Amino acid sequence: MSDEKKFAGYICTGCGIGERLDSSQLEMIATREGKMQSCKQHEMLCSSEGVQLIRDDISNEGATHIMIAACSRRAKVEAFNFTEVAMTRANLREGVIWVRPDEPEHQETTQEMADDYIRMACAELRSMKMPKASGEQTLNKTILVVGGGITGMSAAIESAAAGYPVHIVEKQGALGGQAADYSKAIPTRSPYKEPRDTGVAEMIASIEANDLITVHLNSTVARTAGAPGRFSVDIATESGTVNTETFGAIIQATGFKLYDPSNLPQYGYSKSPDIVTNAELEKLVKDANGGPIKRPSDGKEVKAVAFVQNVGQSSTEEGQLPYHSGIGDLIAIKQAMYFKDQNSDCDTTILFNNLRTPGAAGEDFYRAGQEKMITFSKGNVSEVVPGDSLEVKFQDLILDEETSMQADLVVLDVGMIPNSGPDPYAVPMVIDEEDEAAEDTPPPPSVSVDSILNLDYRQGTDLPHLKNGFTDSHFICFPYETRRTGIYAAGPLRRPMDMRQAQDDAAGAAMKAIQAAENAGKGMAAHPRAGDLSFPSFRMDGCTQCKRCTVECPFGAINEDEKGYPMFNESRCRRCGTCMGACPVRVISFENYSVETVNQQIKNVDVPEEFDEKPRILVLACENDAYPALDQAGMNGVEINPWARVIPVRCLGSVSLSWITDSLNSGYDGIVLMGCAKGDDYQCHFVRGSAMAHERMGKVGDTLSSLNLEPERVVVYEVAITDIERAPKLINDMAETVEKIGLSPFKF
Amino acid sequence: MAKKEVSYYPGCSSQTGASSSNMMRATQTMCDELDIQLNEIPDWNCCGASIGYGGGGELPRLTLSARNIALSEQHNPGQEIIATCAACWLSTREAKERLHEDANMFRDANTALNEINLKLNNQTPVRHMVEVLVEDIGFEAIKAKVKKPLEGLKIASYVGCQTNRPFGIAEESFENPVYLDHIIESVGADSIPTYEKKVQCCGGALAFSEPEKSQEMIHGIIEAAYDHGADLIATPCPLCQANVEIYQDQINARFGSKFNMPVVYYSQLMSVAFGRNSKDSALDGQIIRAKSLEDIAGK
Amino acid sequence: MSDLNTAMTERYRNSFLMEVEANVEEGEWVKMCMQCGVCAGSCPLGNAWEHTPQKLFMMIRAGKREAVLSSDAMWMCTSCYNCIARCPRGLPITHIMHGLAHYAKRLGLVPKNQPTQQFSQIFWDNLMKKGRVNELKLGLSMYFKDGFGQGIKNAMANKQLGQNMMKAKRMNAMEFFGGHGIKDTSGLQKMIKKAQEIEDAKYQGNS
Repeated sequence: MSDEKKFAGYICTGCGIGERLDSSQLEMIATREGKMQSCKQHEMLCSSEGVQLIRDDISNEGATHIMIAACSRRAKVEAFNFTEVAMTRANLREGVIWVRPDEPEHQETTQEMADDYIRMACAELRSMKMPKASGEQTLNKTILVVGGGITGMSAAIESAAAGYPVHIVEKQGALGGQAADYSKAIPTRSPYKEPRDTGVAEMIASIEANDLITVHLNSTVARTAGAPGRFSVDIATESGTVNTETFGAIIQATGFKLYDPSNLPQYGYSKSPDIVTNAELEKLVKDANGGPIKRPSDGKEVKAVAFVQNVGQSSTEEGQLPYHSGIGDLIAIKQAMYFKDQNSDCDTTILFNNLRTPGAAGEDFYRAGQEKMITFSKGNVSEVVPGDSLEVKFQDLILDEETSMQADLVVLDVGMIPNSGPDPYAVPMVIDEEDEAAEDTPPPPSVSVDSILNLDYRQGTDLPHLKNGFTDSHFICFPYETRRTGIYAAGPLRRPMDMRQAQDDAAGAAMKAIQAAENAGKGMAAHPRAGDLSFPSFRMDGCTQCKRCTVECPFGAINEDEKGYPMFNESRCRRCGTCMGACPVRVISFENYSVETVNQQIKNVDVPEEFDEKPRILVLACENDAYPALDQAGMNGVEINPWARVIPVRCLGSVSLSWITDSLNSGYDGIVLMGCAKGDDYQCHFVRGSAMAHERMGKVGDTLSSLNLEPERVVVYEVAITDIERAPKLINDMAETVEKIGLSPFKF
Repeated sequence: MAKKEVSYYPGCSSQTGASSSNMMRATQTMCDELDIQLNEIPDWNCCGASIGYGGGGELPRLTLSARNIALSEQHNPGQEIIATCAACWLSTREAKERLHEDANMFRDANTALNEINLKLNNQTPVRHMVEVLVEDIGFEAIKAKVKKPLEGLKIASYVGCQTNRPFGIAEESFENPVYLDHIIESVGADSIPTYEKKVQCCGGALAFSEPEKSQEMIHGIIEAAYDHGADLIATPCPLCQANVEIYQDQINARFGSKFNMPVVYYSQLMSVAFGRNSKDSALDGQIIRAKSLEDIAGK
Repeated sequence: MSDLNTAMTERYRNSFLMEVEANVEEGEWVKMCMQCGVCAGSCPLGNAWEHTPQKLFMMIRAGKREAVLSSDAMWMCTSCYNCIARCPRGLPITHIMHGLAHYAKRLGLVPKNQPTQQFSQIFWDNLMKKGRVNELKLGLSMYFKDGFGQGIKNAMANKQLGQNMMKAKRMNAMEFFGGHGIKDTSGLQKMIKKAQEIEDAKYQGNS
């Protein structure tokens, strides 16, 4: 393609646009002000005929940049899919006619809105380049799985089944992980009445027989460098040898550890060998090999067993787990069945407070336990007294009395702790995360500080945590994604879960890892801008080595060279633009999204003079949640104030402070920023973008006061995709604020 | 020939001179109008009600009902057993279902029945009269029969317990069954959809043994009807009717209330609306007279 | 202690739950209770119970035999079936209450003068006599259950009620002499006797 740019505009008059707006005026603005070399109208641009019109211009007329003025950029994306040109869209349908009343007295302001959106789109287009892959990448289909337990084995089997070679790195001398010690597992099939075989042996056999899977036992990951598509990993064996292998993507499936109940003296765990954890019981049962289950102290057959639930979990006490593992009660039912199935006269009592039996099997399995005459007693255990016969003292919460029972063996339900590496952000990198509430929750017991992945990254050696050591991911939308692109977390590393859930989790992570490797090979972004070819470029001669981009990138995509200049790793990038928003000297930009593309839009809005009494409100709306919420408002016919001009941004984290100062200087009366929820329950698709923006906007007050403007003129909100009524209201509220405090004096 | 013939199980309280003999009379009138022929089960016995459990164990109680079903099968073959008393219906249907599910119990019951040369096949449906009205006759057909609509009467529909639980009528909700409201509306009166004591227990047999506790509940049932401006309370259940009607003097004395709320059967409402006189509608069986109904019947 | 009670205590020394399973009507459901308490909250006389059904089930599992069987709780059941309708586990709670009450009665553990227990027995005896309930005699027996003097007092207190009923022809003084009944009274008695024998044999087998 030649470097010559050719701009072509298209105005759709369908869906009522032609009736509500003066389209010849729009066409005139596009050509005269917007400098489109051609501009065509069509009564249904998204029809095959309309699309063909554009296609013909691209192939016959050499159009390189096209401006489509029609519906929202989120609508008709399949029709308007022209990958070979730079494209922008002016939102006349959801953004204008659907949010404005169809009455003569509003005609003038509605038309002005549409005029501005044409100006903005044209201006944006003129500063856009056609994105293309950098060519940095190669396709590497091999997947590294760290951890050979249920999750890791499942991830390997799933990846290999899809045709991708896998290496498993396992620290122990055998595959199987914790589940290798289990006698049985919680049932996963109807009628959910009996514990099932764990399936570990079959999984190991199928891995050993699979040519696509290479297993490294007694091995650890000594170093991980590179990026998706070109990870270079040093695999170290116990004996000291190191092999370097390259991978397209990585799955971390390092599982969990169990909470150590010796911290809790009331349960007497360290005082009697007959007080065991749920994991230790599995070994006892396995040792019994189908015969009578014997207690450790004297080998006597267990005739009465008590299961003490929720030990050191869901606790506000220091040194205990503030969360519940969720599956401990199902495990207790399964383990009580070991005794009942071996000897139906064995007294088995489960002492619970809140019995949780989640999942499809849960309730049926609970019933099956009751049918087998397992006794379920709602009680809080206060003490386990060691002795030949163990005395379990508890408060019966139904009968409301202090009581006790005797048992030969006591099993403690201890919780799962994720086996993760150290959190790169263990010391909060940024201030204010609404951490005040968190002070009520004591810190969880410290977890392993040994690195697992040994990432050679600017931002630390391992996957960032969310809380309590669990890996950070966008929990709802992208559960397997971590904050290190191309590295996926699966299994109890993400949240406590049972074997079946871990297997499902592993399959999900395997699919994502495959996608990441494939996309990296094509130079395309992973989620959420999957397929995006644009990537940030750095104008190094302007860089001041301030390191804000390398520190603030939520995904650790940017390393530093020896001089402190950013070293970019394209395939680690999610294309959110948080680096662009961070850069104080504006040297970071994408081909089709830059400080300039947005600045041009801001500048090309027609700001009427003060005496016109037509304020202008700039809305920077996150394209992931806020912008769709506004579109949806249009579909529902919710009104938006005619002074508003909405610009979608990739993430609030990409917002450059210069946009704010420039628009205030050019006479905008109010600015509304809309990003996703931040904090522990964040919804930000780029994890930290919204939080960053809130942080940075905290400093806007200085700008405002230096301009002698009221602080209310700039507001930042967290908006969810469901805020269909609220999002327009926030804009309309700003219009009211402007009316109250008066127009900006900066209109020229 | 009558449109419908049923094997009728009236129950002890429906007998002449017994506490719901008025229900029996109104039921007969209603069925005449709807062309339903009631063929009484010959020599039926008491169902044991829900209070017999202290003296009678499981099998003796089930056997009582088994005898009635067996007699019906023998003398009224092919006819559904229809009861008007909540307890009779409940006990009989429960017996039928338990003996159906438990083969040993079925065998034992037949062993006992064999003493008197009876045999239970247990193939006969056991239904409540209300089910016949709702499912077989239908509200529209009831409406069509109305000659004197009960216009202007506001009636609290008091369904109570055992006509409603555990079996229920026409698969309606246990918490808010609406068939009685529909019947009330079908005969031209206004029901009270928000009457919150619709399925409140009246104490049942414990009205005898625990009068204080029961009367407290009955007090609530009547008070709520007054709160909603009801002229009458209507019910399908003989024990509900008796408990809510006959203790009002004692309740007034106990709680200082001034209740004088007539409590009638749906069959009485229908008899009056179908144009029958006070006597046929058994209005003379009221202890608290239903003046408003008498006025309509006398027109 | 009755002989049966002694026998049962011996037999089920270790598990009252097993005893209930084997001997109480629908007792095999007790273990399935999940202790949610919906029954307790649904019972119209819930606040009058010494132990709600939920608690009774827990006490059975905890082996509190005496406390359960001598409780007057299950005699508070009005048979409204609300607990059955609402129990999320589908336990036939009303029947279990009746079953527990009957079992306690058989073992002779019912609290003395428990009025519902007395009424329940009077009712059963009444219907057994002629195959149908004689309401007049039923009422009178209940009034006079605590002796003649108390009976007169009770009758006087309810005099107005009785007169009202008679006036409305819903009570008949003549019922005192004979009254309603079935034709085959002796047959019915024979049949019930047989049923009773079968049931007794079952207890013997269990004891």
